[in-house]
Amino acid sequence: MMLSGWGRYPRLDTRLEAPRGEEALRALLADPLIARGNGRAYGDAAIGAPLTAQMRSFNRMIAFDATSGQLVAEAGVQLAEIISAFLPRGFFPLVTPGTKFVTLGGAIAADVHGKNHHKDGSFAACLDWIDVMGPDGVVTRCSRDENADLFAWTVGGMGLTGVILRAALRLRRVESAWIRQTLLPAANIDEAMDLFERNDAATYSVAWIDCLSRGAGLGRSLVMLGEHATRAELDLKRAASPFDIGRRPSLAVPFDAPSGLLNSLSVRAFNEAYYWKGRSGAGESYVNWDSYFYPLDALLNWNRIYGRNGFAQFQCVLPLESSARGMRALLEMISNAGAGSFLAVLKRFGAQESRFSFPMLGYTLALDFPVNARMLTLMDRLDRIVLEHGGRFYLAKDSRMSAATLAASDPRAQAFRDLRQSQSLTGRFRSAQSERLAL
Amino acid sequence: MTQGPVLIIGAASDIGRATAHAFAAKGHAIQLAARNSARLAADQTDIAVRYGVSVTLHDCDALATESHAGFVDSLPELPQIAVCVVGVLGDQAQNERDIQAAVAVMRANYEGPASLLAVLANRFERRGTGTLVGISSVAGIRGRASNYVYGSAKAGFTAFLSGLRNRLAKKGVHVVTVLPGFVNTQMTAGMDLPAKLTAEPQEVGEAIARAVAKGRNIIYVRPIWQIIMLIIRHIPEAVFKKLSL
Ligand SMILES: Cc1cc2nc3c(=O)[nH]c(=O)nc-3n(C[C@H](O)[C@H](O)[C@H](O)COP(=O)(O)OP(=O)(O)OC[C@H]3O[C@@H](n4cnc5c(N)ncnc54)[C@H](O)[C@@H]3O)c2cc1C
Ligand SMILES: NC(=O)c1ccc[n+]([C@@H]2O[C@H](COP(=O)([O-])OP(=O)(O)OC[C@H]3O[C@@H](n4cnc5c(N)ncnc54)[C@H](OP(=O)(O)O)[C@@H]3O)[C@@H](O)[C@H]2O)c1
Repeated sequence: MMLSGWGRYPRLDTRLEAPRGEEALRALLADPLIARGNGRAYGDAAIGAPLTAQMRSFNRMIAFDATSGQLVAEAGVQLAEIISAFLPRGFFPLVTPGTKFVTLGGAIAADVHGKNHHKDGSFAACLDWIDVMGPDGVVTRCSRDENADLFAWTVGGMGLTGVILRAALRLRRVESAWIRQTLLPAANIDEAMDLFERNDAATYSVAWIDCLSRGAGLGRSLVMLGEHATRAELDLKRAASPFDIGRRPSLAVPFDAPSGLLNSLSVRAFNEAYYWKGRSGAGESYVNWDSYFYPLDALLNWNRIYGRNGFAQFQCVLPLESSARGMRALLEMISNAGAGSFLAVLKRFGAQESRFSFPMLGYTLALDFPVNARMLTLMDRLDRIVLEHGGRFYLAKDSRMSAATLAASDPRAQAFRDLRQSQSLTGRFRSAQSERLAL
Repeated sequence: MTQGPVLIIGAASDIGRATAHAFAAKGHAIQLAARNSARLAADQTDIAVRYGVSVTLHDCDALATESHAGFVDSLPELPQIAVCVVGVLGDQAQNERDIQAAVAVMRANYEGPASLLAVLANRFERRGTGTLVGISSVAGIRGRASNYVYGSAKAGFTAFLSGLRNRLAKKGVHVVTVLPGFVNTQMTAGMDLPAKLTAEPQEVGEAIARAVAKGRNIIYVRPIWQIIMLIIRHIPEAVFKKLSL
């Protein structure tokens, strides 16, 4: 059948199976396969070549220890389920991406990051151990102490070392379901980066960036800081039931929008309105966890607003020392092209040592573009700027870069390829992305 | 309403599991019953970990009708709500050749579930409270060449539920008939079902919990099925018999 990731590009033919249990999964290993969680990676990372193993049946929770906050669960369990089970008991994921509809397997395989990367690190930071089914069908428990190599390559390994079956992860204790948000306007990219540096102590920080503004206003942004609200700081009504945020309505995008809907005019109008609304509302406010961490989740199937042709994400990270120059070059290229991205996000990363994970000390920029020839060319140009500044790319978002670009951006790719060869992983675990990138 | 225990018979099915989750989320203790219930240990833990409710496992074979009274007696507590999910789709072509296979489908969809609910109904009636839920099917509304063995047994079960509801209406016991259209489960795995007409098991589970809370009599899960079945019901037999459905 034809399958795509969240960006609905590319759409590729694959055989989709949803094994029920370990035995059924093992039986599938006859063909090269890739595990698929909830398909929130934007491109072709979770499309098997030729076989895709949907992990939805592996969705049981196994144990929870309220003293340590350790949860043991199967890989198909989604963060949304973890939040609904444990937030009422005062726990929240230590690290979460911008959507709660990801599985543990997907969060581990992409070693996802949240708005607290500079403080708490990537998803790896909350993992105690994982169980991985290897090419021979044998299940190995691995952690930093036990089978440490397998652990290190699997976290961030995009499913290419085996199928993650279970994980033990530690949740964070929180006193309420509310976030104290501080909104700081920045007139341009330099101010925004300066705000990140000065607010390094904040637990959460992220900036929405207007990539259509130019000149002195290049990269004007709204920097958003956040802290988990303590019970004591809530008003009486909220403090009485600190984990209750009421019902949040969700809306569905019922059909594909015409491809031209998100043109630079509408994006410009949106950005203008959003920035000025944010500026006037600058300061502190209390926001519930769902609106704070997952603003897009309320708009189900929002990926359809880009129309039938789909869209592509572009997410890179630049090392700290070249961030200011590099971000400027990227933003200039984008605003000159008039190719406003609807969702443009800038974030400071902390230091991270890892075998193949995306984050490193520096700044990350995430943008999305409708898929068409002009945008694909623009993204190729952005690739070059990233390479010139020593940056690299996020595979969970990628759907179009070339193997040469990956190799030039990330020397670790060769080591990963060698490992896959030597452990007979290459012929067993294979995605459309690993084929495209020659991993 | 009290948060008394909910018994799910046929708990190894996707719809059974989803129904257990929907009630556990509201704080009910859960009794999972199935053939060889030990294989449900992972579900038992899963539900207990997620919702912090007590979950127990019980063996029950719907075809062993003589054991049903003993099965209900063996439960740690008479449930407040009992949901019978048991059913077997069978293979229509095989059922036409092999009459014993057809009889097995009839028994698993009608005799077994009706016997179980009959035993529970008498206990609930004596107690004067409780809700019984039977999962039947839209296939029972009109017999079609492609699955009339299954459909006829579901028709029997639907009529049984309707009669039971009528009998117990003044006795404090409520009966809910669930007539799902297509549901994406093990039973339909590999079939090419139209997305708009196909419910996810979670939808069915949540619809059941809602129907119990609101005291609904008959639910179709996706409302469109009510319209489809209205049309199917009204096709004149002379036309209907010539259709390939
Ligand atoms: C709105 C939105 C916001 C996002 N925000 C962020 C963000 O802030 N930070 C961030 O880091 N990411 C972000 N992402 C990306 C997302 O977190 C990752 O793509 C994540 O991997 C998706 O998880 P999934 O369960 O949907 O996995 P899929 O998309 O199905 O798979 C992703 C990768 O994980 C592998 N995988 C999945 N399950 C297993 C398993 N059981 N065993 C082995 N490999 C497996 C797949 O093979 C594939 O390589 C965002 C995505 C969206 C749609
Ligand atoms: N899927 C659909 O499209 C659909 C549509 C309308 C109605 N339904 C009805 O929904 C119910 C659940 O079906 P499902 O789709 O979830 O499929 P399923 O997984 O096949 O569920 C059927 C369940 O019935 C149990 N069962 C069968 N014979 C039994 C017996 N003698 N004793 C005890 N349990 C027995 C099975 O238990 P074992 O695991 O032990 O085999 C299984 O758990 C069925 O009544 C079905 O007819 C389904």
